[in-house]
Amino acid sequence: MHNVISLVLRRMRLPLIILISTYAISVLGMTLIPGIDDQGNPWHMDFFHAIYFVSFLGSTIGFGEIPYAFTGAQRMWTTFTIYAAVVSWLYAIGSILTVIQDQGLRRVLAFQSFARQVRRLQEPFYILCGYGDASRLLVRELSERRIHCVVVEKHREKIEELAVEDLPDYVPGLSEDATNSDTLIAAGLNRPNCRGVIALTGDDHSNLTIAITSKLLAPDVQVICQSDSKDSAANMDSFGTDHIIDPFEIFASRFAMMFHSPSMYLVYEWMTAVYGSPLSDFQRPPTGTWVLCGFGRLGKAVREYITIEGVKTRLIEADTEATGAPPDTIKGRGTEANTLLEADIQNAVGVIAGTDNDSNNLSILITARYLNPGLFTVARQNHQKKDPIFKAADIGMIMQPGTIVSQYILGLILAPLLGDFFRLTRDRNEEWANVLVSRIAGVVGEVTPETWELKISPRQAPAVFDCLIRQHKVRLKDICSYPKNRSELLPCVPLLIKRDGASLLLPDMEDCLQSGDQILFCGRQESTYQIRYIVNDHQALDYIQTGIDRPGGSVWRWMTSAQ
Amino acid sequence: MNLEKVIFAFFSILALTLNYGFFIGELDDPTHHNVYELFAALVVSLIATIMKFGDRAHIGALLLATSLVADLQLIAAAMVWGYVVYVAELPLEPSVMSSIVSLSGGALLANLTSVILLVVESVTFRR
Repeated sequence: MHNVISLVLRRMRLPLIILISTYAISVLGMTLIPGIDDQGNPWHMDFFHAIYFVSFLGSTIGFGEIPYAFTGAQRMWTTFTIYAAVVSWLYAIGSILTVIQDQGLRRVLAFQSFARQVRRLQEPFYILCGYGDASRLLVRELSERRIHCVVVEKHREKIEELAVEDLPDYVPGLSEDATNSDTLIAAGLNRPNCRGVIALTGDDHSNLTIAITSKLLAPDVQVICQSDSKDSAANMDSFGTDHIIDPFEIFASRFAMMFHSPSMYLVYEWMTAVYGSPLSDFQRPPTGTWVLCGFGRLGKAVREYITIEGVKTRLIEADTEATGAPPDTIKGRGTEANTLLEADIQNAVGVIAGTDNDSNNLSILITARYLNPGLFTVARQNHQKKDPIFKAADIGMIMQPGTIVSQYILGLILAPLLGDFFRLTRDRNEEWANVLVSRIAGVVGEVTPETWELKISPRQAPAVFDCLIRQHKVRLKDICSYPKNRSELLPCVPLLIKRDGASLLLPDMEDCLQSGDQILFCGRQESTYQIRYIVNDHQALDYIQTGIDRPGGSVWRWMTSAQ
Repeated sequence: MNLEKVIFAFFSILALTLNYGFFIGELDDPTHHNVYELFAALVVSLIATIMKFGDRAHIGALLLATSLVADLQLIAAAMVWGYVVYVAELPLEPSVMSSIVSLSGGALLANLTSVILLVVESVTFRR
């Protein structure tokens, strides 16, 4: 703080000196110049009255000539004083305003204010680097769940956007370069309650630098990075980045899953989608020849994965050398009809518009649909701002890198067990997935389910923990029933129990719980509140287990036991 | 030949000399202490203080502190004078005069310290 004050003081030196000098000269003049009193005798003003007079003169109040009317000489001096004093004041005030508005000063003040806000955070928080589409969605989701986060973004306009967003929880933002270690430290990297650094700057090299800095300065803090190329992903992995997210790989692998196991795809989709959005439908993309427009990151990843599924692809790419496209690629953008016809669009079953330009993608799809109305359309949407037009275009599947990244990270933060769940389900077949899908759909109805975790620990589930310590059995069913109507189950599906390092997939409701269990649930949001209530409240748990409403207070208990 | 340092030293030493000029003489005799000199000492002391703003070095902080002390004492002396003569409207008795001059004596010591620090800073300055 002190360097800000000294900066201001240094700029104010000249204005203050001019102000003091003007006042001093004016006061001196007033004392030296003789006046004439009502008897005609000369008199001199003393310092006290001179200061009084010049004060109200300089502040443009102007009471009057004291104590007698002034002589000509006095009046001339007074005139000089008026102009000198007022101009000096204007100069001084102008200087203060200029100093306050100085960009350098404001940056210093913003930096210190941000660091102070971070220091005030007592609860766990995440540091987000970069404020693009993915970050914006993630911040909103975290903020709605009252998980704290702070944002560091290089471009000032994006931080200003953050400031005007209507978020339920206050999110401090700083417009500085996140690759700078000073910035990360100010953002709270070394604080004990920092839970993770999430690097979503949009530039692989910056993400890499942030990851390295975090791992070196705070090895215990989780680092989640977005990576757009296999090289940087391998690089990040080499020094222990906890999670590396490549949205194109994720999409491509899930998309390929849709060909042989659409129910499994639905399971993945439902577990990671945003709660409350409409439930995505069962879709099975047709096998046959697909036309891929754009051989960028999406094109490469999709081609790799769906070729394994036995789907043939035909590529269209405008810049074949830079992207390293195979020799049979058709040169062109795909936005014009003749390029698509060259790729035999009329005999294709699906088209993927995967360029990095939203308008081109839309144009490709519209042209393609015109040439072959039965096509299954997939489009890449690069900017969230184009949501309305992409929705209006009635596309089969939209791939938004920002959405994929933010949902994946949200899953990592809210329900780390999802990783274990996905690993175990990878080996399951379509029928198993089908059964799970119908079970979940039966429970949640039309909206995407919420996924959450519960740990049977004294802090998170005291009532259950208590029962287990007393050697009472607690079944899964006991915490998944309505407290008011114990015969009815809550709308939730327990997906996984992790116990002593081993995972139990789709546990039965009659299974007994053990202390230390970590349970992964999915279901309607009301179940989260109900379950949290039950595992905290002894009476509620007791009632569900026994059906008897036992007295709670010690007085009543003593009375009923005495009878 | 650094003009800024010349002006800085000039005002510091001028403040000291004017202050000494006011202070010297019999403690309670008003004829020995001219009000104009007190005025000049105060104004130059304020200007010298402003010149010391914004210096982040340790010795700069000390210089600013001593200057502020001198300002404080001189303002106090002026206020005592103004209050006694113009607000309470009492004659300028020796007891009052000695209070005023004592306060300016305090300011003199502060200004002296300031100048000594200035000299020390100049001597230890390595080019």
